[in-house]
Amino acid sequence: MAKKLLLDKANVEGIRGYDVYRREGGYRAVEKALKMTPGDIVEEVKKSGLRGRGGAGFPTGMKWSFLAKPEGVPRYLVCNADESEPGTFKDRYLMEFLPHLLIEGLIISSFALGSSRTYIYIRGEYAWIPDILEQAAEEAKQNGWLGKNILGTGFDCEIYVQRGAGAYICGEETALIESLEGKRGNPRIKPPFPAVKGLWDCPTVVNNVETLAAIVPIINEGGEAYSKIGVGKSTGTKLISACGNINKPGVYEIDMTISVEEFIYSDEYCGGIPNGKRLKACIPGGSSVPILPANLLLKTAKGQPRMMNYESLSDGGFATGSMMGSGGFEVLDEDQCIVRHTLSLARFYHHESCGQCSPCREGTGWMEKILRNIEYGKGKMSDINLLWDIQRKIEGNTICPLGDAAAWPVAAAIRHFRDEFEWHVLNPVECMNRNYGLAHYADALEVPVAV
Amino acid sequence: MKFSDEKLKKVDEIIARYPEGKKKSALLPVLHLAQQEFDGWLDVPVMDYVASLLELEPIEVYEVATFYSMYNLKPVGKFLFEVCQTGPCMVKGSDDIIEYIKQKLGIGVGETTADGLFTLKTVECLGACGYAPMMQLGKTYREYLTPEKVDAIVEECRRQAVVNSVN
Repeated sequence: MAKKLLLDKANVEGIRGYDVYRREGGYRAVEKALKMTPGDIVEEVKKSGLRGRGGAGFPTGMKWSFLAKPEGVPRYLVCNADESEPGTFKDRYLMEFLPHLLIEGLIISSFALGSSRTYIYIRGEYAWIPDILEQAAEEAKQNGWLGKNILGTGFDCEIYVQRGAGAYICGEETALIESLEGKRGNPRIKPPFPAVKGLWDCPTVVNNVETLAAIVPIINEGGEAYSKIGVGKSTGTKLISACGNINKPGVYEIDMTISVEEFIYSDEYCGGIPNGKRLKACIPGGSSVPILPANLLLKTAKGQPRMMNYESLSDGGFATGSMMGSGGFEVLDEDQCIVRHTLSLARFYHHESCGQCSPCREGTGWMEKILRNIEYGKGKMSDINLLWDIQRKIEGNTICPLGDAAAWPVAAAIRHFRDEFEWHVLNPVECMNRNYGLAHYADALEVPVAV
Repeated sequence: MKFSDEKLKKVDEIIARYPEGKKKSALLPVLHLAQQEFDGWLDVPVMDYVASLLELEPIEVYEVATFYSMYNLKPVGKFLFEVCQTGPCMVKGSDDIIEYIKQKLGIGVGETTADGLFTLKTVECLGACGYAPMMQLGKTYREYLTPEKVDAIVEECRRQAVVNSVN
């Protein structure tokens, strides 16, 4: 059983309430951290090797060290709880069942960054969770962990919960800041980065829920001990939300040393694929990351077993690899249609494009329309190359990464499943009645023999 | 048109979360409150009222209300079924569930039943992918949907509507 740092107490009865959380060792990390200097805490986080758990995987300690500290200007920490990437539901689990873990991480991080007003920006649809978080913050306050002069350090801090109102784009940090300022969620042009000019033009750090929760074990166990869990630059533990065609969907904490095959088939995790069906494809890190056929998912192009960590999942680049992303792990069995699934994601990105940049605003709609034609037997062979061309023209040409996120799933589907697209075009009637099936997607890879 | 005293107190509480002079930040939460208070949707006079409360130009409210998908700009039924249709839910049969709800209620997507009780809406990923298919109903999620579960939810809503009309 892998070591658990975040969810080890998730099944303790009453852990949502303050008394049980405290009895189980909660808020020890705050006691320890508030005796340290803010600079030492940042150093500890740097040592831990913690990488942002929202999707980009940027080193958290480094992000913190970029925060500008001009005299007399407030600084803000904002917790990004706008979890909206299809396939991802891990932050919801943390907030719903371990709210005090997030609050504890937020207090330490606020102290380290000098934020006296810290905001949790949560997606509007998680409408029942703000009550849980606000109650946890209130309990923390009553017990002296929040409010004025916390533990006699002279540090004041309040945590507020802000609900969004249904916009995937607000998970992008500058769009989130705009939304928190009461505006449309249109991403800002960077630079200036939020670390210099963020919320209300003040220096701001935006971190994911899981990232901020991970600060608690880092302080408790020390950055160095944390960095020894995992492998290479994939340190610590990662929450994976698993869904799709698996026996045991849910949220799992892994230590990044297990293989993808073990994660899908072992009873400790996904428990295999229902009804004896075979694996066709998988999107391992949220809908934006490249989809992989079974053969490339389980083994890299070099023939090595693919592991559940940042490096191994991206081994081979986009040609033969994918990404860890947000940890939204979606498994597709032999009955799933790649064209239909790609269409569903294209519709999602079209719906969620904020409309600021024309390549994304127009391109996402165009891709959806072409995919719809192909799926419903009205496609032309030239549409496949046209799709490829459109996604190329979106990628890298927009203010924020939503354009890339919309382009990558389409690109990867064509890259690995082009014959399935062609089959749709050549068999417009048959494709309405049956799926292409597993085809050759699980066939063993031909690995060049090492000389 | 005016918020109840209790809601007005809540508005003040929300404004106090932000630094001096940053009242505009209260816009999203106050629009949620307004939608709750005024029949589940944001009519123009409602938005104008919110603008006056927060000392904003009406356009600042309209442009926000039209951007976010959770604000309803048209009247909706008492019970809004928001069924997720994105990839992971689709894989688990959300298309069939949407079809079943349409048949059951005799309405299309975006329509409201004649009795004003139910509106069906399809939405994009709500972050419940492991518990698919699912829908949002009010403040909560209804997960692992089956036709039988949909039947039970419709019944539950109808009963609740009767109780509310008696009280």
